Amino acid sequence: MNNLLIWPVAVPLLSAVLTLLWPRRSTWIGVLGTTLSLLAVVLVSRQVVESGAIELALGGWSPGLGIALRADGLSVLMLLMSTLVSMAVAVYASVYISRSERRSEFWVLWLLLITALHALFLSGDLFNLYVTLELLGLSAVVLACLGGSRESLQAALNYLMLGLLGSMAFLIGVALIYAGYGTLDMAALAAAIESGPTAWVALSLMTGGLLIKSALFPLHFWLPPAHSNAPAPVSAVLSALVVKAALYLILRLWLALFDEVVTQTAALILGLLGGIAVLWGSWAALQAERLKLMAAYSTVAQVGYLFLFLPLLAALPEGTTRDVALGALVLLALTHGFAKSAFFLAAGVIMQRAGHDRIAELGGTARALPVTAFTLALAGVALIGLPPSGSFLAKWQLLSSVFITGQWIWLPVIAVGTLLAGAYTFRLLGYAFAPGEGVGPSLSVGREEIPAVLLALAATLVLGFWASAVWELVPISAYAGGEG
Amino acid sequence: MAMSVWLPVAILLSSFIPGVLIFFQPEERRRLRTWLNLLGALIKLLLVGMLIWGVFHEQVFESRWTMAPGLEFVLHADALSVLFVSLSTLLWLVTTIYAIGYLEQTPHRSRFFGFFSLCVTATVGLALAGNLFTFVVFYELLTLATYPLIAHKGSPEALRGARIYLRYTLFGGLLLMIGAVWLHTLTGGVEFVEGGILQYANLDQSTLRWIFLLLIVGLGVKAALVPLHGWLPQAMVAPAPVSALLHAVAVVKAGAFGIVRVIYDVYGVEFAAELGVLTLLGAVAAITIIYGSLKALSQDHLKKRLAYSTVSQVSYIVLGTAIVGPLATIGGLVHLVHQGVMKITLFFAAGNYAEALGIHRVSEMDGVGRRMPGTTLAFTIGALGMIGIPPVAGFISKWYLGLGAVEAGAAAWVLPVLIASSLLNAAYFLPILYRAWFKSQSAPWPADKTAGCVRELPDALLWPPLTTAAMALLIGLFAAAPYSPLEWAELIAGREYRQ
Repeated sequence: MNNLLIWPVAVPLLSAVLTLLWPRRSTWIGVLGTTLSLLAVVLVSRQVVESGAIELALGGWSPGLGIALRADGLSVLMLLMSTLVSMAVAVYASVYISRSERRSEFWVLWLLLITALHALFLSGDLFNLYVTLELLGLSAVVLACLGGSRESLQAALNYLMLGLLGSMAFLIGVALIYAGYGTLDMAALAAAIESGPTAWVALSLMTGGLLIKSALFPLHFWLPPAHSNAPAPVSAVLSALVVKAALYLILRLWLALFDEVVTQTAALILGLLGGIAVLWGSWAALQAERLKLMAAYSTVAQVGYLFLFLPLLAALPEGTTRDVALGALVLLALTHGFAKSAFFLAAGVIMQRAGHDRIAELGGTARALPVTAFTLALAGVALIGLPPSGSFLAKWQLLSSVFITGQWIWLPVIAVGTLLAGAYTFRLLGYAFAPGEGVGPSLSVGREEIPAVLLALAATLVLGFWASAVWELVPISAYAGGEG
Repeated sequence: MAMSVWLPVAILLSSFIPGVLIFFQPEERRRLRTWLNLLGALIKLLLVGMLIWGVFHEQVFESRWTMAPGLEFVLHADALSVLFVSLSTLLWLVTTIYAIGYLEQTPHRSRFFGFFSLCVTATVGLALAGNLFTFVVFYELLTLATYPLIAHKGSPEALRGARIYLRYTLFGGLLLMIGAVWLHTLTGGVEFVEGGILQYANLDQSTLRWIFLLLIVGLGVKAALVPLHGWLPQAMVAPAPVSALLHAVAVVKAGAFGIVRVIYDVYGVEFAAELGVLTLLGAVAAITIIYGSLKALSQDHLKKRLAYSTVSQVSYIVLGTAIVGPLATIGGLVHLVHQGVMKITLFFAAGNYAEALGIHRVSEMDGVGRRMPGTTLAFTIGALGMIGIPPVAGFISKWYLGLGAVEAGAAAWVLPVLIASSLLNAAYFLPILYRAWFKSQSAPWPADKTAGCVRELPDALLWPPLTTAAMALLIGLFAAAPYSPLEWAELIAGREYRQ
């Protein structure tokens, strides 16, 4: 039943083609295509949970020549997050974008973006990864332009340029690997790569390219304008999913492929950049005057947290403690995916209702839009890392790894970052719950408010109480000699 | 077997479910909301009754749920949990009735009662937490549930008070979490066990001292230990029922209860004394007791005076915990209940003065006893109890604390603190009573809303303070009766010092 692996990629791709053929029905096809992709991912996940990592060589070529698809615990978790988030965002967008004339363009690009994401999480060789990364970047850029304003075009252009630079670096790295080892199949490379100049240069280039795409400090500057000026559903997937794709690749490279090459120093440097990102991003979020800009800076900070794990993972001996830390990293990424998409969708609701998203003028939001205000509060809880959110558990394990490895330097970073996140979240909630007329009264709960609150509940309740599944899935690996 | 698993969960859900349902009720559905509130409170009372009986007969109540590798969500009822659960449940019922009366005709009541129920859920969760991890979870949830209650009025002062509260408590919660994680990595899990677990763990003593400091500072924020008490007087901008709950059961008690848990059931009181950390804690408690009373003396604002009085009184619990010996333990634990019952009476009364006559300041209280005899009677009983005059409950606490100090050989510094504090209590409470009963009205009431009414106040506002005042009197008078707080505190002390 390994043929299942084709569906999470094929379904959105076919839907994209259908949307091109029947632009008038684009909303329908878009939502239906997203739903069917969700179904496909669920089937794949069930297969992986039941029988471990699975693999499919397209067209019957042996690995190394054809297109290899692989699914293991990590890819399944990323797939589940992206498909659930994109499902909710699609429902939201069916209301939000229906008012726009560029509806059919949106849905084509949307489905291509999902195709690229799913293919990226399932790819088993480096060249396909490059192709999916490029496709993902391009569809993301065009989606980000759909806002149509001058700022959004400018931001998207910067996004495009830097994205291309990143992919270029990645591609050169891939070429070096091919020259050095004669294969691009990741399972084969995981066994073959040894420490040496080729590996070093390739890893640096590929990581550098991915750092741009994941917006790690100081390469983050393109993110806040690009994410905050895009239409709300686009901002949601950019911050929640697209950034995570680059991070996912870094994890694959560092933990499976180049695990022999990676040194403690290199991990420490990324950790330090992550630490600065946490502090700087949170601080900038606290200063932000607009809701969506605040959310975008908060993404910079949250990406920083994820990089804090790298030096810890490098220092932990292989075994249970390391798996626990890795699980926490994934859980943090997942929680942020759900929480941040909820946050951006809620911001979009406010923006449509109030006509602006200036934080200081949001008085009365809680009365006019109680569900949306509740969404912001829940998402905020997850961003700070308070219980019962998944990020609370992740942060607990992060601190735990800090104590186990004795890398005390991260302790103040995590502490200050948490307090700053508390400050920017409650600054927003203070304004939103204050009396005022910033947002006009509404008569009923809008259909677009529901997906947002469901995402926020997933981040806080579901990932808080049922997070054990993450730790059960993460050790199922298709690389580095696991069960695969 | 089944009941032992579901009972703790059911106790949590009995306030959580009504809370969630209430959020979705439109403002005007007052009757349904009241029903949900009271039904939840009564069911909880019934369930807690079952729990008390079970724990008294040494039954084990426990539910576990794995949240992450090595992190278990544990609800567990021991004698100490029962003490705090019963207090919260009983006072929640009374406060709910009071709040329904108090908030009549004000906006956002569904939001208020929703968070009110969540706040009680978090408090009860703290009481039932079976390990340090679960305790931290509920400690943070309590912060989240109380913030909207303090900010409820939405006025700039309310928002400011809530912001200050949040600054202190998020900081405290963070330190608590860091301490808890650290301890967790050393021991692999911190279950609450009567008598403590760390004395057998053979860990580095100075590390344990550092962790103790982190935990106690984190908990001390909510318990309002000086110098971490700054939020409490600011939080009195909250509506009266919130202040009542905050000062009697929810927030300050959560901190004090946490300190009790850490010392008795994590470190073990004798081991903590061996580490030398209790002397410092005792000194901080003594300073807090005196400082709070001194500050209370100079406050003209009634609720502020009561707030500083709370700062002082809650540290009696900490003091009792910091002195090694069963009698001091009993004194500290029983004060957990006694202070709650007395202080809630005082805040109900203060709310009534403000509600009926617009009185917010002590200097406006001349002759109020004749106008509002019921409320003033309740206030008087509460105040006399705080001073420690028999037979009101506060006397019992102070008596056992004094005996405990003598037993532990700490009389030389504890007795002067107790005496000085009692004198100060008298100095800031007796003038109020004198003004209320013996002076005649000197100026018109600031805002007389009940002019021309036959009764001083509606039943929902008058009976709660009278009920809690009667409770304060009865648990003092019948302290030796079975199931009284004192008996229960003796039961706990017996189990803590069993080895």
